[in-house]
Amino acid sequence: MSRTLSAPVTVSFDYTRSVGPVIGRFLTGLRDAQFVGARLSDGRVVVPPPEYDPVTHRATADFVEVAETGTVTSWTWVSEPVAGQPFDRPFAFALVTLDGTDAPLLHAVDVASPDEINTGMRVRARWAAERTGAITDVVFVPDTGTATAPPPAAGEGDVTGIVTPVSLDYTYAASPEESAFFRGLAEGRIIAQRCPKCQKVYVPPRPACPVDGVPTVEEIELPDTGTVTTFCIVNVPFLGQKITPPYVSAYILLDGADIALQHLILDIPVEEIRMGLRVKAVWKPREEWGTTIENISHFAPTGEPDADYDTYKHHL
Amino acid sequence: MGKTPAAVIGVGQTHHRAKREDVSMAGLCREAMDRALEDAGMTLDEIDTIVVGKAPDLFEGVMMPELYLAEALGAAGKPLLRVHTAGSVGGSTAIVAASLVQSGVHKKVLTVAFEKQSESNAMWALSVPVPFVMPVHAGAGGYFAPHVRSYIRRSGAPTHIGAIVAAKDRTNALKNPYAHLHNEGTTVESVLASQMLWDPIRYDETCPSSDGACALVIAAEDVAAASPNPAWIHGTVMRSEPTTAAERDQVNPQAGRDAAAALWKQAGITSPIDEIDAAEIYVPFSWFEPMWLENLGFAAEGEGWKLTEAGETAMTGRIPVNCSGGVLSSNPIGASGMLRFGEAALQVRGAAGEHQVDGARKALGHAYGGGSQFFAMWVVGADKPTN
Repeated sequence: MSRTLSAPVTVSFDYTRSVGPVIGRFLTGLRDAQFVGARLSDGRVVVPPPEYDPVTHRATADFVEVAETGTVTSWTWVSEPVAGQPFDRPFAFALVTLDGTDAPLLHAVDVASPDEINTGMRVRARWAAERTGAITDVVFVPDTGTATAPPPAAGEGDVTGIVTPVSLDYTYAASPEESAFFRGLAEGRIIAQRCPKCQKVYVPPRPACPVDGVPTVEEIELPDTGTVTTFCIVNVPFLGQKITPPYVSAYILLDGADIALQHLILDIPVEEIRMGLRVKAVWKPREEWGTTIENISHFAPTGEPDADYDTYKHHL
Repeated sequence: MGKTPAAVIGVGQTHHRAKREDVSMAGLCREAMDRALEDAGMTLDEIDTIVVGKAPDLFEGVMMPELYLAEALGAAGKPLLRVHTAGSVGGSTAIVAASLVQSGVHKKVLTVAFEKQSESNAMWALSVPVPFVMPVHAGAGGYFAPHVRSYIRRSGAPTHIGAIVAAKDRTNALKNPYAHLHNEGTTVESVLASQMLWDPIRYDETCPSSDGACALVIAAEDVAAASPNPAWIHGTVMRSEPTTAAERDQVNPQAGRDAAAALWKQAGITSPIDEIDAAEIYVPFSWFEPMWLENLGFAAEGEGWKLTEAGETAMTGRIPVNCSGGVLSSNPIGASGMLRFGEAALQVRGAAGEHQVDGARKALGHAYGGGSQFFAMWVVGADKPTN
């Protein structure tokens, strides 16, 4: 068994990117099946246009329409395409210098094998049937000398933004100490550790005391009762929220611990929740347990008198 | 070897809005930079180095945006640094830029900080669930609300103090053409009537989500001598502490107290409330005004709310706080700290326009970030420091 617990985490979001007037002009061109570049202050013509001139630093303003044919100046073969790439079959990424321009554009070339592409090869744009004003509106193919007219553009007006979906897959690994804590929870136990120097009890335990920097090796078990130190009532819904509002997110100081744990408080009207409230863990049915703090469904009042302010004020 | 004197000679900012769909990230930064350069009477070519700051990359989904921004920001061929200390980053970025001048490494440094919150959703980006852990997190408001409750309990402050701060800052913002929120007629009553979001924090007691940028030109003594109104840097301090530790004081964090004490010492200030003429303090949730007044030493512990209640933090008060409208009126997160530092500079340069405090000679710029674990602050003055 590994010392550490791990679990997959996917972080994904469709970012709404505003592109500004210069990149917007380039993307509008793509939607209309036309490469738009810029003439820079040093006379060079570049596609895509940079937002600001590299010499004068002024906003790019001298736009030029550029040919849809060009020459491969360098390339690499993508033998195993991954999600989100221009093709789901092997293809080439190439630096293509469009005719009449002075710097290459990086893009995909649709050829079946690396034998079908070489530096110096002539290529031509192949426009997508449905274009939205994105770099994916076009790919390159070997130039056979004949142009095919692209279908007309669907959109109107200037392109001002793009949606950029981002999705990152991680494997989250808990520390060995936290893993012991989560494994303890799977047995209905709450495991903490004490710092040998300051004697403070940390729950969940961590690899080292954040104050003294020494390993907190002494393991102790805590009861599942404690005191609400402070809390907030979450009334606001938001994207990705796991618990339906309103809910009470509370800091609970377990008896014997020196640091509070964040959890939910239920089984009491929200307006009656208060600092000093004595609470006890309400565990889910044992068959639902895993290696997670969510084995504890929530905390509920014990019915004891409230804790004296002096017993928890140094935790506020 | 001591520090060589440095001054802010140019301040620029964008018109902060919920969505600046008319510009890219580069365009947003350049808008602030071009204004700062114009203010300094300088061109980008004259700048020695560029220091960029912004908050977590998940806010825009561009990893290391400084790579993509380098050319647009005119950094090609120059040193380019990016600073990151969560919400305090705008302040720490300005301090890093200042240190490059104070150390004698560079003479003319341009620093810019930005956030384009409209590209994503900060609540989502700050609440990504962590496996095995209880998913009770609810963005920055959810994080800070329990600590605001702790402050109210510890200090015994009346519950309307937060609303006084919100009404004051929103009213101040009406005098700042760059502010995001221009909410006419915000009163203590209207704030108290707004929706409770993260009890005890109401809707009107929270900062907006903004797109915006701020830029500063910081120059060495000989360069600054040519400026009609340099804001001399009298002290800069950064401190940090663990996010969580047993019995950690989240209401009055040690790092903030230590930073303030070191700052006042550096700046030769013995009584902050008497010697500081205007303070720009990072207040994203209204209650942080009294909390930071205490943390910074403008008031004794538990007494900050009394200054707020007595109107002493209003523009006409003893210690005007956030005359610009503050974070409560504009919050492009990465830029928010630099806006505090820049607004402090504007005050001592006599260039704050309608929200100018008459005759301001010394001002504080302050920022904090993470779970109140990063602090950055500076004092700027109309006179060259003598210490």
